[in-house]
Amino acid sequence: MAEKMLMKGNEAMAEAAMRAGCKLFFGYPITPQTEVAAYMAKKMPKIGGLFMQAESEVAAINMVYGAAGAGARVMTSSSSPGISLKSEGISYIAGSDLPCVIVNIVRGGPGLGGIQPAQSDYFQATKGGGHGDYHLVVLAPASVQEMVSLTAEAFDIADTYRMPVMIMGDGMLGQMMEPVEFENLPKREVPEKTWATTGTQMKRKKNIVNSLYIEPDALEKMNNERLERYELVKKNEVKVETVNAENADVVIVAYGVMARVAKTVMQMMEEKGIKVGVVRPITLWPFPTEEIAKVAESAKAFLSVEMSQGQMVEDVRLAVNGKKPVYFYGRNGGVVPSPDEICAEIEKIVGGMK
Amino acid sequence: MAKVFEKPHALSDVSMHYCPGCTHGIIHRLVAEVIDELGIEGRTIGVAPVGCSVFAYNYFECDMQEAAHGRAPAVATGIKRAVKDSIVFTYQGDGDLAAIGTAETVHAAARGENITIIFVNNAIYGMTGGQMAPTSLVGQVTQTTPYGRDTSTQGYPIRVCEMLSQVEGAAYLERVAVNNIPNIRKAKKAIKKAFQNQIDGKGFSLIEVLSICPTNWGMSPQESMKWLEENMMPVYPLGVYKDKEQGEA
Ligand SMILES: Cc1ncc(C[n+]2csc(CCOP(=O)(O)OP(=O)(O)O)c2C)c(N)n1
Ligand code: SF4
Repeated sequence: MAEKMLMKGNEAMAEAAMRAGCKLFFGYPITPQTEVAAYMAKKMPKIGGLFMQAESEVAAINMVYGAAGAGARVMTSSSSPGISLKSEGISYIAGSDLPCVIVNIVRGGPGLGGIQPAQSDYFQATKGGGHGDYHLVVLAPASVQEMVSLTAEAFDIADTYRMPVMIMGDGMLGQMMEPVEFENLPKREVPEKTWATTGTQMKRKKNIVNSLYIEPDALEKMNNERLERYELVKKNEVKVETVNAENADVVIVAYGVMARVAKTVMQMMEEKGIKVGVVRPITLWPFPTEEIAKVAESAKAFLSVEMSQGQMVEDVRLAVNGKKPVYFYGRNGGVVPSPDEICAEIEKIVGGMK
Repeated sequence: MAKVFEKPHALSDVSMHYCPGCTHGIIHRLVAEVIDELGIEGRTIGVAPVGCSVFAYNYFECDMQEAAHGRAPAVATGIKRAVKDSIVFTYQGDGDLAAIGTAETVHAAARGENITIIFVNNAIYGMTGGQMAPTSLVGQVTQTTPYGRDTSTQGYPIRVCEMLSQVEGAAYLERVAVNNIPNIRKAKKAIKKAFQNQIDGKGFSLIEVLSICPTNWGMSPQESMKWLEENMMPVYPLGVYKDKEQGEA
């Protein structure tokens, strides 16, 4: 059996990235993602890779752009205010069809906000953040082991569809220590990067990495080709975990650490004779719309539980599409909803329904 | 018959969009000639800016990337670090390099990033229609300084070579102009040295080229050359501002 190590989420993610062939990391310090950069700084030189502390998140993401355009497996990590600064570059990366991996260890906002765990960047991650029509694949791990496997997979997804992939965690996941193993990480065949600017060697036509198309028809064509790829991603890459949802009185929809709390609530409510199910989106984009629609056939009600003022709940409502009531419960600013608070919320829903 | 004039191989066979009389075209040609002479086209990757030279990715035959406004030195850093034996250059205007991209410029220099920067100083924002640039002269009339650049609100022009000469990581800084044949020759020599430095691993080289913008200066090309000589050159003296090889200039 593969050997297990006890590691912090942030460090495990950095290790997984290097094992997936990431040789370049560009970052700028910010809490609570610090351990990712510190681990990279320590280990990258040992494997012939590069850790670079940039002068800002703006510079870091543009270094990622340059390296990704030159065909390298490259990564950056930050936390909410830093991701806002990176958003310009992320839009250019998406518009130039470049693969890369971006980590957001989310903290409470808006503004400087706080440094405690939050999920208030859901809109930013799944609906844009930067300008223009574009998407990132957004992965939301709920354990240290999943941070490892999703990080490895993130690079392959990015290369397959030529698009940036974001891993969204929070300080709790990042600092949490759990046993992990690095054997048998997911691995796919990915296409060769024939488009990369590595120098023509006078053997091929030049490659251009670019997102500028002055003619509206040309720009629309590029965007629509990308849209076709997005449709493929929606078809092939949705990941979701569903537990106990059939005929449930209430189905909690929650991701990341909130889904772990939701599972505790599920057990607590079972003792009271109330059937609670859990749907845990692992990909926030593409969102598990079909799975939730299916669950809505038999479940009686939904409760989206988030560390925000209610962001994912909008996607849950779209998926449920009026078939069943959808409720929201959340705390924000770094406050984590407790199992007792969520149980009380469920009792209110069930009480009201009866 | 012997050929007396030929397009450099590194310059693409397409028509450029620059205004008549604009010196962007001359500077492109000098860069392409140098790439040819050094035989580095196959391993050169250029970075185009946002500005009048935004389409530079169409004008050079080597691999190219288009950077966001001001970010070319960061993009170049990413490329150079990913493809170690590549030759990476950026081509940037004054708004791109000395306003929105000041941080990226200074820090690429501070890291001694082994890249070549061609910095075109025309004292104005050309592409967006003639607004004030960080390099616009005191009193210069532009679309956004209709009464002349007023130091009480707009401050003073930034002298990039002088500023970067204080940065230890910078290896070679020279200011040139393309206003007459002797100066064009000097400009080419400087550009060649800036690329040669990169080949030799000497580090960050930046060539500032004083250039004209007849369209937005509202002058003929001839008047523009005169304006450059009489007004820009006193504020931006030509010369070598740093050459690690020679000791400080
Ligand atoms: C983030 C962003 N801000 C503003 C612009 C608009 N813009 C395009 S070119 C330009 C000025 C370029 O001037 P300069 O760098 O001096 O180059 P020139 O056009 O004179 O060659 C500006 C402000 C932009 N494209 N992106
Ligand atoms: S606007 Fe000025 S800088 Fe731009 S192409 Fe025309 S003359 Fe040259």
